[in-house]
Amino acid sequence: MSILTTLQLLPLIGAIVIAVLPVGNAKLIKQTALGFSLLVTIVSIVMAFGFKTSESALQFTETRSWISAFNINYAVGIDGMALALILMTTILVPIVFLAGWNESENGRWSVKVFYILLLILETMMIGVFAATDVFLFYVIFEAMLLPVYFLIGGYGVGERAAAAMKFLLYSLFGGLLMLAAVIGLYIISTNQGGGTFDIAKLSELRIDSATQNWLFLGFFIAFAIKAPLWPFHTWLPTAAKSATAGTSTLLLGVLDKVGTYGMIRFCMSFFPDATKTFTPAIITLAVISILYGAFLAIGQKDINSLIAFTSISHFGFITLGIFALTSQGLTGAIFYMVNHGFSTAALFLTAGWMIKRRGSSQIADFGGLQRVTPILAWSFFLAGMSALALPGLSSFVSEFLVLLGSFAKYPVAAILGTTGIILAALYVLLAVQRSLHGETPATSSGIPDLNLREKIAIAPVIAVLVVLGFYPKPVLNVINPTTQTVMTHAGVSDPVAKVAK
Amino acid sequence: MTTSTNLVYLIALPLFSAAALLLLGRIADKWGHIFATLISATVFVIGAIEFFAMQGRTGESRAATQKIFEWISVGTLHVDASLLLDQLSICFVLLISGVGTLIHIYSIAYMSHDHDRRRFFAYLNLFIAAMLLLVLGDSYLNLYVGWEGVGLASYLLIGFWNQKPAYATAAKKAFVANRVGDVGLSLAIMIAFTQFGTVTFAGVKESASGASAGALTAIGAMLLLAAAGKSAQFPLQSWLGDAMAGPTPVSALIHAATMVTAGVYLITRSNFIFDASPMAQLMVVCVGAITLLFGALIGTAKDDIKKALAASTMSQIGYMILATGLGPIGYAFAIMHLLTHGFFKAGMFLGAGSVMHGMNDEVNMRRYGAIGKVMPITAATFGLGYLAILGVPPFAGFYSKDKIIETAFNAGGIKGILLGGATLLGAAITAFYMTRVIVLTFTGTKRWDENAHPHESPFLMWAPMAVLAVGSVASGFLLSSGSALVNWLQPVVNEHHEHHTEEFLPPMVVSVMALVVVAIGVAFAILKYRTVPVVAPQEVSVFTKAARKDLYQDSFNEAVFMRPGQKLTAGLVTTDYKVIDGLVRMVGWVIQTSSTALRAIQNGYVRSYALIMVLGVLALVTAVWLVTL
Repeated sequence: MSILTTLQLLPLIGAIVIAVLPVGNAKLIKQTALGFSLLVTIVSIVMAFGFKTSESALQFTETRSWISAFNINYAVGIDGMALALILMTTILVPIVFLAGWNESENGRWSVKVFYILLLILETMMIGVFAATDVFLFYVIFEAMLLPVYFLIGGYGVGERAAAAMKFLLYSLFGGLLMLAAVIGLYIISTNQGGGTFDIAKLSELRIDSATQNWLFLGFFIAFAIKAPLWPFHTWLPTAAKSATAGTSTLLLGVLDKVGTYGMIRFCMSFFPDATKTFTPAIITLAVISILYGAFLAIGQKDINSLIAFTSISHFGFITLGIFALTSQGLTGAIFYMVNHGFSTAALFLTAGWMIKRRGSSQIADFGGLQRVTPILAWSFFLAGMSALALPGLSSFVSEFLVLLGSFAKYPVAAILGTTGIILAALYVLLAVQRSLHGETPATSSGIPDLNLREKIAIAPVIAVLVVLGFYPKPVLNVINPTTQTVMTHAGVSDPVAKVAK
Repeated sequence: MTTSTNLVYLIALPLFSAAALLLLGRIADKWGHIFATLISATVFVIGAIEFFAMQGRTGESRAATQKIFEWISVGTLHVDASLLLDQLSICFVLLISGVGTLIHIYSIAYMSHDHDRRRFFAYLNLFIAAMLLLVLGDSYLNLYVGWEGVGLASYLLIGFWNQKPAYATAAKKAFVANRVGDVGLSLAIMIAFTQFGTVTFAGVKESASGASAGALTAIGAMLLLAAAGKSAQFPLQSWLGDAMAGPTPVSALIHAATMVTAGVYLITRSNFIFDASPMAQLMVVCVGAITLLFGALIGTAKDDIKKALAASTMSQIGYMILATGLGPIGYAFAIMHLLTHGFFKAGMFLGAGSVMHGMNDEVNMRRYGAIGKVMPITAATFGLGYLAILGVPPFAGFYSKDKIIETAFNAGGIKGILLGGATLLGAAITAFYMTRVIVLTFTGTKRWDENAHPHESPFLMWAPMAVLAVGSVASGFLLSSGSALVNWLQPVVNEHHEHHTEEFLPPMVVSVMALVVVAIGVAFAILKYRTVPVVAPQEVSVFTKAARKDLYQDSFNEAVFMRPGQKLTAGLVTTDYKVIDGLVRMVGWVIQTSSTALRAIQNGYVRSYALIMVLGVLALVTAVWLVTL
């Protein structure tokens, strides 16, 4: 059994163990969940040490027949991109547990159900990046909507039921388009000698360009909704406003990455011609997302919607980097996915603590926090600096790589994207000023600073942002081979410098 | 090229000190300021040792490099965290750590009553680290990290008292204006990479001559935009006046002596780009000339002593920027003025801080007057800085500013006359506004607030002022005797020995002209401010009104960028909800309504199902018939 399968089973076993624990003992349930999630983190780190960056082939592969009539397999294996995203996931989950220790207690259902849902979600999050069978990927892609639906609808705030429904329906719509495209691919593979859902084999198919375009769109729209890209984004701020901080972290930090991951893994591998056809349109949407998301973030009054809109801007950067299809653009985009996970976690978790302490998510209700809760204020400030891609933090490396990589091929898009850094300064610093600076209102005086548990939760996130900012090499080394594989498959190479030495 | 192993400590020591002081929190309150000062002094000592070591080496081997680690390596992009200490960067290392240490010492006393003094010193150390990275990085991308790092330090220090909303706004304004400049730096790096395949200074220098004029001009223009942001040059100058919200030692170190001169460093460092693009050089001299007059004019009308000095800084950096656009010989004079300015302007800012310290933080010069008698040391050191900025021989500015005026005239033709005229006019206005500061503050009659009891500042404050005053007196002579600085910098900025400018005016004539206009400016100010009303008169010329309003820079930015931006944002927020999300909600509504309607059909009567089935079959047959027709 591959270590990847172990990794996926562990959270599931945790969920089963919690299912038999007594409902009343919330503390035991939380400790068990945390214990299992930490175990998953350790196993994933062990796996990472066994990963060979020198090999471009998929590693830790395992294939078991699942539905043999249609040649559907449980097939898993990871390359550098998948490894980076899985590690991000397994590190974030225990942090989310620790940060939101009490956020399960005001839900519609019990604490027990909350942690069962989260652990099942973790199994799926690992599985979705590990799957090398399109059908398996599709099943997980759709199934993981359910735990999130229940987490928002059952444990969120405000109009949580409506937000959860909007999220679910929007995502299901995308999923249906993708299902049609998956079936289409299967039919084509059947016609070309043997029905398969194996990603590697599907990448070898010869598909005429008209069919490629339709199938490409089926996948792409599903991923563009997931990512989300303008104009498919409106479900995200609604969801982020209602979800708990932990759910938002996993939703934006991990689940949305399945969108951009899918663009690379499926759209580009299966449909190279269609990719070329649609690239100009997608680059345009990406640039619109960058600027539109940033402007909308500036205009938000609710701190969670603000963070959601910054993410729409950042997903624009990621998409720009992917479709620029240069070494720097693509590696930058994949690295951006990882950094955005930690960066968004820092934002949502610190904002969540501010909201909990103040009893409101309106930015106008904060103010002067720097002098009341300095550690919380510093954490939020650093999260903001990461969002505006301050050099020295990891998000700078990825954002700059994306822009640098895009500039050679799409200078106008890169220039417009670069102006986004001014807007980023505005949306971050406006929020920082309104929440941390100024006189402390009477309503905020005396609120407690971060406790030990919260400090332990946020410290590793900030440490990752700083360490990878100065020393991104280990992660870049893992990602670079994926980039080379994708580019070789697409038949493109980097533009050559105009003035050679 | 020599390999060094010590350069990293120049940055690592203050960086770790800053991190330690911030992470340790209140535990370090007792000794944090001493620790940070010692770290800064240690950095200065290391810099001095390196400087003497460089003098022991000759020619090519003078520059030293140190590769710390491989930073980013993707495709053909390879960027190391690597440092370069050459003849240009050592000037900055000594200035930053030298003036920096003096200001640390001064701040021990100046900030002694502040509850958050430790945090202040942590920020100062953070600034030292970032600024040294800016001048020591061996590539544009390394420089960028320092570039935004000093921006962060500046933001934190301007907003040090950010419980006051105006100060928090000033900090934000500085950061955002700098980010506009940073877009320029980002784009310059991107163009350089697509052109040359590298972002190191050495690599770009090697290939620069092969690039097209258009590409070089584009890189130059973007670097100039970056410089304008960081150095408060037109059109990105508006943040500097507000930045005076920061504690005065910060204004002296960051917003006078060091950070705001980073633009001059950037252009000088990129001399191979500008020397190859006359168009970019023209843009540089225009920005310099406009800013030097712009700042000087604002300086004539400010009653806030710090804002008067800030306007002066903007103007003096305008001189430096102008000089960097004048070709190989200009760089050395720009750097010389940068160094002398570092002494006299930092000294004057500390002097202003000393006056404020004694006057209950009063900044309005109309409430000063006759302070020279009670604060003799402050008055004397400030006075020496005053003589230096005026360019009175043999004080520092005489050597550095006159050289810029002379070189501007020597640019030749109508360009030379315009630029030379601008620098000369600037010198006259400088003499006027600086004399105004002296007259309003140190001489004349008392106009103090009744609670003011000014007294001379403690030793820890006046000692750094005295050291800087010595620099104001002697630095110009030392740097220019035997063309010391010009020769020293030659390997960096003037490799081809191609400077051979025709003398439009002999140096003697330029000096005499400069002294005459300065004398006029001084005399005019003395006559005008024989009596000083405590409340600023409102019946003033349009020029004074405009200068008081910073030549309407904020009104312009607000009308052209801020308010339309706010409208756009508000419009987009509405559109997002009503149009984009509106469509989504409409789809939802349509589905919901139609399913409600369809539910009516599910009535349970077999006869209606049969009818629907018949209709369906009919529709299907019709469809098939139509298709096969």
